[in-house]
Amino acid sequence: MQGAAPALSLERISVTFVSDGAARYTAIQDATLTVRPGEFVSVVGPTGCGKSTLLNVAAGLLAPSSGDVRVNGAPLAGLNRKAGYLFQTEALLPWRTALDNVTVGLEFRGVAREEAVTRAENWLARVGLRGHGHRYPHQLSGGMRKRVALAQTLILDPQIILMDEPFSALDIQTRQLMENELLELWSADRKSVVFITHDLEEAISLSDRVVILSAGPASRPIGEFEIDLPRPRDVAEIRMTPRFIELHTRIWQVMKEEVLKGYEQQKNQ
Amino acid sequence: MNSRRTSKSLRVWQLAMLLGLFAFWHVVTHPTLLPPLYFDNPHKAAFFFGQPLGVAGRIWNWFSSGSIYAHLWVTLLETVLAFVIGTVSGLAVGLWLALSPTAAALFDPYIKAINSMPRVILAPIFGVWFGLGMASKVALGVTLVFFIVFFNVYQGVREVSHTVLANARMLGASERQLLRHVYVPSAMSWVFASLHNSVGLAFVGAVVGEYLGSSEGVGYLILQAEGTFDINSVFAGILVLTAFALALDWLVTAAERRLMVWQPRSGETERI
Repeated sequence: MQGAAPALSLERISVTFVSDGAARYTAIQDATLTVRPGEFVSVVGPTGCGKSTLLNVAAGLLAPSSGDVRVNGAPLAGLNRKAGYLFQTEALLPWRTALDNVTVGLEFRGVAREEAVTRAENWLARVGLRGHGHRYPHQLSGGMRKRVALAQTLILDPQIILMDEPFSALDIQTRQLMENELLELWSADRKSVVFITHDLEEAISLSDRVVILSAGPASRPIGEFEIDLPRPRDVAEIRMTPRFIELHTRIWQVMKEEVLKGYEQQKNQ
Repeated sequence: MNSRRTSKSLRVWQLAMLLGLFAFWHVVTHPTLLPPLYFDNPHKAAFFFGQPLGVAGRIWNWFSSGSIYAHLWVTLLETVLAFVIGTVSGLAVGLWLALSPTAAALFDPYIKAINSMPRVILAPIFGVWFGLGMASKVALGVTLVFFIVFFNVYQGVREVSHTVLANARMLGASERQLLRHVYVPSAMSWVFASLHNSVGLAFVGAVVGEYLGSSEGVGYLILQAEGTFDINSVFAGILVLTAFALALDWLVTAAERRLMVWQPRSGETERI
């Protein structure tokens, strides 16, 4: 259908922030990343390496200083309308109930209220929140709020899903549950996913491909690994398999140096 | 159960304190009840401080004859008008300035100047401009309410979470939809936080305006009584105003509870 054109491609992207005239900070330099249709790509890297910046560029929330963003082969201008974004921090509208948070995107698109509610209830059920629609975000637990955010994004049926450490604030059990649910939702209608994380195990257990970013400033991809683990996967169980451990060891060899570099930089700041 | 009992006994104690206060007031002002302590004439204390029985009689008189209702109505109407006009204009200007940084930078020193000016001194000018009727009192109340609402809206819009904004954008909100679904609700939460203040100040504007020159209203009643050294009526007016302000405050609390359900209250739990 889309032929050979990648769903999302970032070509030689550089992002330089200028603050108060003089001080410049190059977060990303010469980064190239392509995501095929239906592919689950994780981007891992040490803290402060510009992972979120890269994702904001892909979302069109941030214009790169140089380089091109292409969506289905067409250059991106403004916001990326093909993409849904799952944020790291709280992004739900606190004055709307869970149900109204899920319908909000449809509302923006002018979908009739009745239809929006039917579809939103369906999505709330799919993320395991049937009967919680009338609650406000502050009445839900962190995991439940993430589920609402997931439904809020997926109800719009985006072709590309951008996820910025979406589960990093959750406890480990909730996190693994959410990861499995994400994989299940993803396998139902394969979207292209860019998943940002600093957790290598999470990256390997979810993805088709893992991309390693170097430590900032001027970070760029320094390694790519195809993850050939069989699907469907259970994120908790797959971590015990020999192939997982082998992949983890290989990727960690590349990543370790960057993590230490990033740590040194943070210490010296 | 236990907490209900303590809150009940708290109410009893609060009532007892009130009664005690009135009893004290009565004892020290009633002529010849106590030997003269400070004043040489036994009637002087009553003259300066009024007498609770006289005050209660005056209030009873006002309400039973119905003569106070017209004045209360005027004061209430002035308060409500000042509150509504001040809130709406504060909301509109606050949104506008918060969303257009150039205008905000341009107006900044003027806003600071007008805000730091003691605005009650505008009352005489408003009296000249708008006459001694309701308009001048409403105008005074509006200048007091406007700035509270304005600063809260301004703050509220600037402190909208960037993530929430970015999320709404990614979900497809147009600039207008952002205003309606993100900026205004966020600003409204700040407006509600200042509601007690702004209702109180609308009331202050009305009463002070009436006190400075008017032909009706509770402030006018107090002014008249003071002119004839009728201290009992002055105190009666003050007590009526206080009760009135408490009622307004209670209304605001009720409105707040209804409209701000989405905000977490500390220690709130809900049975599932």
